[in-house]
Amino acid sequence: MVRVLINVPKQIRANEPFDVKVLISHPMESGQRRDQMGQTIPRDIINSFSCTLDGEKVLNIEMFPAIAANPFLSFSAVAEKSGTLELKFTDDDGVTQTETVAITVS
Amino acid sequence: MMLPRRRVVLLAACSAIPCAGATPAQVGALIQALVGEAPLKDGLIHLDLPVMVENGNSVAMTVSVSDPPSPVEAIHVFAEGNPLPRVAVFHFGPRSGAPRVSTRIRLATSQTVIAIARLRDGSCWRDSVDLLVTLAACIE
Amino acid sequence: MKKAAPDLYPVMARLDRATGINTMERAMARSSRAMTIVRLILIPAALLLIGAGERRSGYDDASPDTRAMQDDDNANPAFLWVKQGESLWSVPSGTAGKSCASCHGDIATMHGVAAHYPKFDPKRDRPVTLEERINICRTDHMGAPAFAWDDDKLLSLSTLVGLQSRDMPMAVEPREPFLSQGAALFRERMGQLNLSCAQCHEDRAGLKLAGSLIPQGHPNGYPEYRLEWQGMGSLYRRLRNCMVGTRAEPFPPDSREAASLALFLAVRANGMRVETPAVRP
Repeated sequence: MVRVLINVPKQIRANEPFDVKVLISHPMESGQRRDQMGQTIPRDIINSFSCTLDGEKVLNIEMFPAIAANPFLSFSAVAEKSGTLELKFTDDDGVTQTETVAITVS
Repeated sequence: MMLPRRRVVLLAACSAIPCAGATPAQVGALIQALVGEAPLKDGLIHLDLPVMVENGNSVAMTVSVSDPPSPVEAIHVFAEGNPLPRVAVFHFGPRSGAPRVSTRIRLATSQTVIAIARLRDGSCWRDSVDLLVTLAACIE
Repeated sequence: MKKAAPDLYPVMARLDRATGINTMERAMARSSRAMTIVRLILIPAALLLIGAGERRSGYDDASPDTRAMQDDDNANPAFLWVKQGESLWSVPSGTAGKSCASCHGDIATMHGVAAHYPKFDPKRDRPVTLEERINICRTDHMGAPAFAWDDDKLLSLSTLVGLQSRDMPMAVEPREPFLSQGAALFRERMGQLNLSCAQCHEDRAGLKLAGSLIPQGHPNGYPEYRLEWQGMGSLYRRLRNCMVGTRAEPFPPDSREAASLALFLAVRANGMRVETPAVRP
């Protein structure tokens, strides 16, 4: 379980796009670096990210080692009514972490 | 016999110098495979990256398509000078508010970064940025 | 006693011309009491020579993208550490069964605290950094082992506490003899490359070193997220960086030298806005 920070606006208007900002604590080890003994540090990254709103797809991302450490993602979503935003991401070991945040549409 | 600290510094230097695995030709081939027979034009998509990169470990990037004639299905980002050619692929769904994503990417060296947008009508659009990346002065 | 440098460092040279006092000769010839008086007047004067108007935070020297990262708490990766700090604040640790909250209550009580660090600790007879102070709380009051320097949890706590002083002016006590010792270390050539801190961060601040802009090196944003580290780090980590960079043996984390240098840098930045947690290239 890695630390995740998700920010959505407090006031969201129906059918008006709003920004979702995500910060994920992860070293995103690229597999290119070497340790002090000269050994390659194995690749260990989050390779996929998905965001759905009440089950409907907002955005899927295929992530590669070129995504910087502690990934920051900012993207746009749109809602008709209040609901739940679900964020899922999977790392190279196949471990998936799911985070949810409620969005309130006024 | 090297002093341990010297070895650490040397190795740190080695680990910091990247091997550029990708090539413009390789990225060109990937783009060709992606686009296929569809028309590929410059414009519509905007790739926002600083031309002078302060630190290649973390470079703010925004890709966006404004007023697409048909919905944007995906945006692919490639780096011609990185060890690996692909940076990210963004797939947009029905609940997406706009075809725009901001993130931070790693760039190994000075190079060209290319973004390709695929629209539902099959058209493909291209933007690129040539940027300068320098290594940090003091490596830890 | 260190041998006098053949050429006076620019600041000291300017001071000597201005005051008509040759500080090097005086330091060797007079009693230590006179030396202290000289230092008490001249060192703050030396610090003032940088001038409130001339001082530049690392923020001022960073690119617009890096500044934007610091300005947005939702984009600043340091807040991942703040989040961890908030959890750790209330978790008991050690044989006494206490958490930070047990003694300090709500984190808001830490408002303004970090702006005074490094602070003199009578028990250790030297100034201590905020990270050291957290470890002192652990060993002396919580029955918990000290964190290793720049341990992830330690940084989370010091970032959280530092955040409570954000936007406040730094107000560090210019404690002697540590301040003078730190000032001397700042100007002392070190390492195989034989470079002093001052040669880059005072004489050449604003110029480039291999494509990177040299900042004045004010510690007003620590702990900070450094893009080069791809993570958080303390001032000590940065000083270690520089010393390894000049191919010098870094001062140990609990040394008087490290404490004096940290104190000097903080006093030199007194009045500047705390930016913790800063983002730097």
